[in-house]
Amino acid sequence: MATADPVRQPRLSLTNLLVVLGAALMLADVYLIFMVAPTDSVLGDVQRIFYFHVPMAIMSFLAFFVVFVASILYLARRDQQWDRLAHAAAETGVVYVTLALLTGIIWARPVWGTWWQWEPRLTTTLILWLIYVACLMIRAYAPNPTQGARYAAVVGIVGFVDVPIVYYSVQWWRSIHPSAVVGPLAEAGALEPVMQGILLFSCLTFLVLYLYLVVERTALRGLEDQVRLLKFSMRRTGR
Amino acid sequence: MKLVIPFLTTRPPGGPEAAVAQQKAGQAILVEGLNKSYGDWPVLWNLNLSVGWGEFVVLLGANGTGKTTLLRVLSTQARPESGMVNVAGYDCIRQADSVRRRVGVVGHSGFLYEDLTCRENLLFYGQLFRVEPIRPRVEAVLSLVGLTRRADHRVKTLSHGMQKRVAIARAILHQPRVLLLDEPEGGLDQESVAMLRSLLREWTQSGRTVVMTTHNVELGLAWADRVAVLSDGGLQFQNREEYRDSAKLQLSRASSPDQAASGGTALTAGSPGE
Amino acid sequence: MNSILQPVAIIFWKDILLELRSKDIIVSAAVFGFLVVVVFNFALNVTPRLVTQLAPGILWVAFAFAGTLVMNRSFVREKEQGGLEGLLLTPVSRDAIFLGKALASFWFMLIVEAALLPVFAALLGFAAFSRILLLTIVLATLGFATVGTLFSAIAVQTRSREIMLPVLFFPIILPVIIGAVEASSQAIGGGASGGISRWLPLIGVFDALFLVICPWVFSFVVEE
Repeated sequence: MATADPVRQPRLSLTNLLVVLGAALMLADVYLIFMVAPTDSVLGDVQRIFYFHVPMAIMSFLAFFVVFVASILYLARRDQQWDRLAHAAAETGVVYVTLALLTGIIWARPVWGTWWQWEPRLTTTLILWLIYVACLMIRAYAPNPTQGARYAAVVGIVGFVDVPIVYYSVQWWRSIHPSAVVGPLAEAGALEPVMQGILLFSCLTFLVLYLYLVVERTALRGLEDQVRLLKFSMRRTGR
Repeated sequence: MKLVIPFLTTRPPGGPEAAVAQQKAGQAILVEGLNKSYGDWPVLWNLNLSVGWGEFVVLLGANGTGKTTLLRVLSTQARPESGMVNVAGYDCIRQADSVRRRVGVVGHSGFLYEDLTCRENLLFYGQLFRVEPIRPRVEAVLSLVGLTRRADHRVKTLSHGMQKRVAIARAILHQPRVLLLDEPEGGLDQESVAMLRSLLREWTQSGRTVVMTTHNVELGLAWADRVAVLSDGGLQFQNREEYRDSAKLQLSRASSPDQAASGGTALTAGSPGE
Repeated sequence: MNSILQPVAIIFWKDILLELRSKDIIVSAAVFGFLVVVVFNFALNVTPRLVTQLAPGILWVAFAFAGTLVMNRSFVREKEQGGLEGLLLTPVSRDAIFLGKALASFWFMLIVEAALLPVFAALLGFAAFSRILLLTIVLATLGFATVGTLFSAIAVQTRSREIMLPVLFFPIILPVIIGAVEASSQAIGGGASGGISRWLPLIGVFDALFLVICPWVFSFVVEE
C-alpha cells in the first residue's frame, strides 16, 4: 500500500477501527433485536422498532451537543477543523434525527392508528429536526463558506440552548391538553432487564456508528476544502 | 507562485507590542504579512504596506485585485485571516474600536440613511462617535463640503454628487487621523472633485494620512505622493515617474481612449450638480 | 453602564425617526396581521362557542407572522442604505448595536399589536384588556424581538432572506408561542392553564436567557 500519498488523511487507522467495530456491533445488535429480544406482550413484534428508534433519538440529541461544543470552539478559535467537525456532526445528526422520526412514525401507525401524535418527546425531536435543517440550510444559502460556517455556528449555539426549553414547554402543554397516548421514547423506562440490556447495546452500536460517520465526514470535508483551494489557486496562476 | 493556505495559519503576530513600536516609528499604517480570503478565494496574501503621516497614497489595480478589500481591512470592516495590521498606532483586530475612532471611511455606499436629512445623518453619526461639541462641528463640516443650504433636505432627494459630499462630511466629522476613500471621484462633477482635492490637500498638509483607491489613473497620479499597484494579491510601490514609464500605464491608457485623446484630463465628467 | 445605554438610545431613536418618515414597516405589518386574522376566521369557522379555544392561537399566529415582517424589513432597510456598515464603522460595541435594533423592533411590534388587539377583540368577540394578556404580549414580544433580530441579521445576508428568517425563527421561538397562547387563553377566560404561575415565568426565562446570548453572538454575525 502506498505510504507517500499526500492526499490521504492521517487518521486512516481510526476510521478502519471504527468501521470494523461498528459493523460487528451492528450485526450483533440486529441478531439480538430480532432473535434474542422477547416479544412484547401488548404490542407484538412491531415493538422491536423501538430498539432502533430510541438509540437514534438519543444519538441525535448527543450529536447536537457535539455541534454546540464545536460551534463554540470554532467561534472562539477560528480553527477550520472545528467548523468541519460541526458540519459533519450536523449532517450526521440530521440523518439520525430523520431516521428517529421515521421509525417513530412507523411505530405509531400500528400502535396508535395514526401516523403522528404531538407527544412531548416526539415533538421535541421534530423541533430538533427543524433546527438541524436550519443549520444546514444556512450554510447552503450563505454568501460564502466562511460566513456560512459562522452563521451555522451561531444557529447551533442558539438552537442547543433552546432545546431543553422546547422540551419543557411541550411537556407542560401536553399535561394541560393530554392525549391518550404515550410515545415510544417514554416507554424506555418500564422494561424487563433483557430488553433494557438490548436497548443499551443498541445505543452503543449507534454511538459507534455515529462516531465513525462523523470522523469520516470531517476528513471528507477537509479534503473538499483542499480541493476547492487547489482549484482556485490553479485558476489564479493560470491567468 | 506561493501557495498560501489561509485557514491553516493561526493568530496574527504583533498586536500591542507592535503598536507601541509603530507609534515610536510614527507610521500611520503598518501592514505585515496580511492574508485575506473571501471563502476559499484568497484575495490578498503576504501583503506588506507602510504609510507615514501626512502621506497621500493612491492604490491602483485592475478590477478584482483587492483594492477595496485592502481598504476594508484597514478600516476594520473586514477581518484578515492572519497578518499584522496597525492603523494609527492600534491593532485592527484587537483594538478595533480605537482604530475606528481614528479612521474616516468614504466607501461605495454612502453609509447614509436616505430618509434622514443631511444634518440628521451627521448628528446621528456624530453622537455615536461622541463628537463634542456636536452641533458646531456638524455645521462646520457642512460648510466645508458646501452643503449648508441643503442640510435639511433628505439625502434621497440629493444628486449623487451631493450625496458623496455628505458621505465625505460624515467621514471627517470625528476628526480622524487617517482617511480611507474608495473611488470617491466616481460620479462627481468638476466642482465636487475640485472641492475634494482641496480638502484632501489640506488634510495631508495638516499631517494626516490619506489612502485612496481609484480607477482614474491620471487623477491618481496627479493627487498622490505615492502610488501603489495591486496585483496578484500584493503591492508594488512605485513613484509617479516609474509608473508612467511602466507597461501597465500603457495598458490603462489604452483602455480609456477618451482620456488619452483629450490629453489626459484628471477630472471625470459627471452629472452637473443641482 | 452609561456608555452602552447611550448608543442604544441613539440607534433606537434613529429607527423611530426613520419609521416616522416612511411608516412602511408598521403599516405593512399591521395590514398583514389583519389579513391573517381574516383568513383564519374563514378557515377555522370561529363560532362564538369556539372563540375562547381558538382566539389565542389565531392571535399569536398573526402576531408572530407580523413580527417577522417587522424584523425583516428593519434589517433590509439597514442593509440597503448601507446603514449597517456605517454603524459597524463607529466605535460603538456590537452589543449596543444589537440592543438598539432589537429595542426598535420590539417597539414597532408592540405598536402593531396594540393596533391589532382591539380589532381582533371586536372581530373574534373577546374582552381585550386584561392585565395578564397585556403582560403576556409584552413578554412574548420581547422574546420575538431578541431572537428575531439576531436571525434577521443572519437572514438578510443570505440569498433567500424571506424564507431564511421563518426557518430559523419559528423552531426556536416555539416555547414562547406555546406559553403566550396558554397564558392568553387563561386571560380571555378559557380556564386555568396556570398562566401566571407557569407560562409567564417560562417566557421570562426565555427572554432573560436570550437577552444575554443574542448580543454576544451578534458580533460574530456582523463581522466580515
